[in-house]
Amino acid sequence: MAALALASAVAAQISSYGSVLTVTAPAKVFGKRNRTVTVDLQIGLRDGFHVNSHKPNDPYLVPLKFTWDETVAKPLELLLPEPRLERYPFSPQPVSVFTGDFKARLKFRILPGAPKGMAKLTGKLRYQACNEKMCLPPRTIEVAVPLEIAN
Amino acid sequence: MSLLGLRPALLVAGIIVAALAACSSVSEERVRAAVKGEKERKPAPEFALKDADGRAASLRDYRGKVVLLNFWATWCGPCKIEIPWFAEFEQKYKDRGFAVIGISLDEEGWSVVKPYITEMKVNYRMLVGNDSVSELYGGVESLPTTFVIDRQGKIASAHVGLVSKSVYENEIRHLLDSVGGRTGAGERSRRAD
Repeated sequence: MAALALASAVAAQISSYGSVLTVTAPAKVFGKRNRTVTVDLQIGLRDGFHVNSHKPNDPYLVPLKFTWDETVAKPLELLLPEPRLERYPFSPQPVSVFTGDFKARLKFRILPGAPKGMAKLTGKLRYQACNEKMCLPPRTIEVAVPLEIAN
Repeated sequence: MSLLGLRPALLVAGIIVAALAACSSVSEERVRAAVKGEKERKPAPEFALKDADGRAASLRDYRGKVVLLNFWATWCGPCKIEIPWFAEFEQKYKDRGFAVIGISLDEEGWSVVKPYITEMKVNYRMLVGNDSVSELYGGVESLPTTFVIDRQGKIASAHVGLVSKSVYENEIRHLLDSVGGRTGAGERSRRAD
């Protein structure tokens, strides 16, 4: 009983953080078989939070990473803004991070054998967020981009 | 120095002494405020985990001691800054009935925790946690999350996120000085001797 009471009290405090990162995908992208298609994802972080960049400067930190299902298209390139080197009270060395709103530009090549018509680029984004005083565990979220494939 | 000259000097000295006494009292009050009263404290949930050597570890083993129970992970920057503080507390207060227990919430387990604690020169008991233990302690998610547990195995304070070293140290000392929930004046005076 005591454990339950403790659990609910602390959980109430924790749940207030909720999700600190959002990804907004375009409503639809268009592409042709065996051609490149570009997708811009808008990523937003709650004020006060940061995520490690894709190139963290500490081997123990969890990098920002996309993985994609390659059923209809193969990922070719990921373009991210230059990470910020921020100093935080908990780190004597600057930390390579993203903060605020930023864009991830992805390039895919649509497979020659992909079926014509509506499809989806589906993938996952793994990230790990902190603020100046605490960190949230690494999370993986689903990303889906509607893709209309022409000949 | 004339008597007239001495009076202001004594007055200033008196003010300084009074101010210092007041600061000390305020500081003690703050610690009392952070540490829950004995009747408000809830028992710290029991757990059974294994340490780096595969030995079973349970909170029951620490009954009678003041315990600092720290949930952390290798990917948590704020946790990293606390580890040397906790190592210092372990060394400084272990002979007075104090112990630190670290519970890592790294999904990869010992493969990442062992090299990290070696690198950080951790001198206290380290365990790798799981979802069950995390749930018992409120679904620990934000790290660091730290509980300070009294000699009766009850949670005297809980901190989510990084707090200052002095906050922890004051709480530990307050609980070490406490006898049955009240400050042990006898123990304090023995230490002063």
